[in-house]
Amino acid sequence: MGKYIEMIRIRFLMMLAYRTNYYSGILIYSINIGAYYFLWSAIYGDKGEIEGLSVIQMTTYIAVAWMARAFYFNNIDREIAQEIKEGKVAVEFIRPYHYLMMKTMQGLGEGIFRLSFFSIPGMFIVSLIFPIEFSAAASTWLFFMVAIILSFIVNTQINLLTGVLTFFFFNNDGLIRAKRVVIDLFSGLLLPISFYPGWAQSVMDFLPFQAISYIPSMIFTEGFKGSAVYEALLFQVIWAAILIIPIQALWIIAKKQLIVQGG
Amino acid sequence: MKHATIFLLYVSQYMKTRLTYRIDMAMEIMSDLLFQAVNLIFILVVFGHTNMLSGWSRDEIIFIYGFFLVPFAIFGAFFNIWDFNERYIVKGEMDRILTRPVHSLFQIILERMELESLFGMITGIAVMIYAGSRLDLSLSWYDPFVFLVMVIGGAFVYAGIFVLLASISFWSDSRTSIMPMMYNIGNYGRYPVDIYNKVIRFILTWILPFAFVGVYPSAYFLGREEWYGYAFLTPVIGFAFFAIAIIMWNIGVTKYRGAGN
Repeated sequence: MGKYIEMIRIRFLMMLAYRTNYYSGILIYSINIGAYYFLWSAIYGDKGEIEGLSVIQMTTYIAVAWMARAFYFNNIDREIAQEIKEGKVAVEFIRPYHYLMMKTMQGLGEGIFRLSFFSIPGMFIVSLIFPIEFSAAASTWLFFMVAIILSFIVNTQINLLTGVLTFFFFNNDGLIRAKRVVIDLFSGLLLPISFYPGWAQSVMDFLPFQAISYIPSMIFTEGFKGSAVYEALLFQVIWAAILIIPIQALWIIAKKQLIVQGG
Repeated sequence: MKHATIFLLYVSQYMKTRLTYRIDMAMEIMSDLLFQAVNLIFILVVFGHTNMLSGWSRDEIIFIYGFFLVPFAIFGAFFNIWDFNERYIVKGEMDRILTRPVHSLFQIILERMELESLFGMITGIAVMIYAGSRLDLSLSWYDPFVFLVMVIGGAFVYAGIFVLLASISFWSDSRTSIMPMMYNIGNYGRYPVDIYNKVIRFILTWILPFAFVGVYPSAYFLGREEWYGYAFLTPVIGFAFFAIAIIMWNIGVTKYRGAGN
């Protein structure tokens, strides 16, 4: 366990060395959230609410969705693909840790860094400029914390899955890009899932993506209330558990038929 | 002439490398299509809840999006320099570029092209035809030429902004995360600028003129006469920004010191 915590720490320190870039990042994210704010205000026009969300809730939703993205987002799929292509992964096999676990921990180190130096100050700045509502209830914050940890897990698992597929495709930049696009749309980052037509919503109920962005953002904006919160968290937990199976299966098969292309 | 020959040689070389990994190439084209579909879905879903976006109808917004895709595809195919800093400055690759007999920016364009992005032009034109036919737009004989000028202008706007940002790397060689995020900001030129407040409208028009890659030139084809002035500025802004970017790039190259050995 100690070695994994050390990995989180090292990645955190590595990110810390480049922190100045993140201040410009906050500015760009704010512009981004701002443009969405105006777009949504125009969409709302004089309507009080759409699908149960008021325009202020919508702004909060967009802001928190982007800021939470800074926490769960990582490039470990790309890193894994790179290490497989370069043949470095062969060395990783003989090291005394689980390679995928190590990657997850590096992702977590990055996530914690962005949460503390990007999301929190960013959210503060954005809330000064745009009308954003923070919940006063401690329980909302607690549920939100749980939800973003679970969203990190689910997103990382999907990244691991796409990364490990490089073992079979040899070059899968296309898949990695496709995955990113699918996640932006189906996770609820761009649009709350409740805005989609009914049939699309029922399809998405069978996919893990809304666990990534929609659920934490809805909890934060209090779009989910009462038992809906527990159901949403349960949805995340179930997907986090299910996704272990294909990852582990692919990993075992990949180990057996590994072809090192170089290195 | 020399440049054209080199360009064609690079294109044929590029095709060979890409066709080695056919599945991956198919996936990449698919993912581009998917990406274009996502934005279309966004517009469709939004208009499931409203009829007008400050006076612009659903089909007009779709048309703007279709137009945007065309210059963006050209930009994406040839100006793939969002990771310029990391790839060329931090790793010291720029040293190699400078030993080549063509202009350094041209050399990077050759090395980094992604021709499959050009499929986006087909998608864009298809989207425009779809929206245009629903709007009953009529075409004059000169409209295709105007279209060509607007597209080139728009592609130059994008190229200019990204080359300018890449030039910053010559002065500061630390990693920056601005470029990938600039793609997000670029998306706001696709919506009518009258929905934004004055500051953002000003930025999108004069500072990061992404509005000239979407709403302004499209306004011409949509017959929105109040925006004609801006529409015809598109090629001017495009060439002006690209020229400034080239000048900055050339100054930047003289400041380049090289990293590593």
